Amino acid sequence: MSLSLAAGVGALSTDSSCHLFGKNGCGFNNVAPGADDFDFSNRPWFHIGTYGVTKPVLLVVLITVVMLAFFWAAFNKPKEVPRGVQNVGEVAYLFVRDRIARDSMGAKGDKYVPFLFSLFFFVWLMNVMSFVPGIQFPVSSVIAFPAALAAMVWLTYMYAGFKRHGLGYFRVLGVPSGVPLGILFILTPIELLSNILVRPFTLAIRLFANMFAGHLLVATFAAGAWYMFSVKGIFFSGASFTMAIVMTGFELFIQALQAYIFVMLTASYLAGALEEAH
Amino acid sequence: MPNTTVLAGTFSPIAPKGDELVIGTIAFLIIFTIFWKKLLPSIKKTLDERTDSIEGGLERAKEAQAAAAALQEEYQRNLTEARHQAAKITQDAREQGAAIVAQMRGEGQEQRDNLVASGRTQLDADATATRAALKGDLGSLAIQLASKIVGESLEDEARQRGTVDRFLSELEAKADAASGSNAATTAKAGA
Repeated sequence: MSLSLAAGVGALSTDSSCHLFGKNGCGFNNVAPGADDFDFSNRPWFHIGTYGVTKPVLLVVLITVVMLAFFWAAFNKPKEVPRGVQNVGEVAYLFVRDRIARDSMGAKGDKYVPFLFSLFFFVWLMNVMSFVPGIQFPVSSVIAFPAALAAMVWLTYMYAGFKRHGLGYFRVLGVPSGVPLGILFILTPIELLSNILVRPFTLAIRLFANMFAGHLLVATFAAGAWYMFSVKGIFFSGASFTMAIVMTGFELFIQALQAYIFVMLTASYLAGALEEAH
Repeated sequence: MPNTTVLAGTFSPIAPKGDELVIGTIAFLIIFTIFWKKLLPSIKKTLDERTDSIEGGLERAKEAQAAAAALQEEYQRNLTEARHQAAKITQDAREQGAAIVAQMRGEGQEQRDNLVASGRTQLDADATATRAALKGDLGSLAIQLASKIVGESLEDEARQRGTVDRFLSELEAKADAASGSNAATTAKAGA
């Protein structure tokens, strides 16, 4: 019953009559947000042919447009003396180039700046959708998007590694330097498994889980504020509301941090792929 | 609860959906391609150009500074030289002035000496002439006086002449002795 009401609107309005200390004795489990709030498959916003366009898909398209529009304005006709939005763009560019690419890969990193730059701002925009009023949904909490990005990261660093070292890249991946031979028998399978198979999953799941949990946390406090809102429950409700606000602010930080971690790890995988053979 | 049963059956948040994977990939690839081919090369070029022009500007400023320093040095040199010249000219002028003054002084002295000498010659000549004239007059006067005193004219011209001449010589010797001591006194005073 609550699913149909929640469709397209959000967790807050799940059941407006359900309150703590209410006459009907309604429990919080009836209004609490859950994993189903991240499922949009049965509530598309509109259809193109038979394909139902859901909120996350539409948001990805929106992010693409917004990101291109912003940086097009910033970078398309750059001036030697920067004005307005170009200044912001340059700060972003220099941050990714100097603090991410060059710090982890040195001068070799310059080649990967477009990839890291696209990745950073795409991920950050997906995350920050959680904060944008009227949208309030982190697109990266839909596993498919982090997974798609992680797959591309995997392809990129594997390609770079094999291009740089040939089959010797397996050695780079599986044989850490300075480890005694006996230990390598145990360590090499673990390293190979970790660096080849586990990396993309951890990369995708770290981002997804952070955004998923963060959104759930904020939504839970918001729903709690609503659920406990009554004459008797006003202080509980207020506390819950305050927490929702505090967590939203905290999430704003986490959103940027997770985007940074995602790209930083990508850069470090690439640095591993490009390093000198040992 | 109805919620949980619905959830468990149909939706898993960690199972990626195919359509979202494809759309996510395409969206990222579009973004990446445009940034890679178009936008980042453009801003990179601008940043490089800016670095160039800043470095160029610094270079130009350095050059201008060097030129200014050279110019200042030249001015300083010219100024020093001009000062030296002025001092030299002043010195020369002073020396020349002194020389001219000395020369003028010398000339003046010479002229004065000449004037004094010619004056003295003139005086000597005048004195001689006067003395000669007086000698004659004195002779005749003395004779007249003597004739008056003696009361007779001296007939013998020759004898008369001899007497007069003798007398005059005596007179002259006396006068010479007197003027000799006079000249010695004058010389003493001049020294």
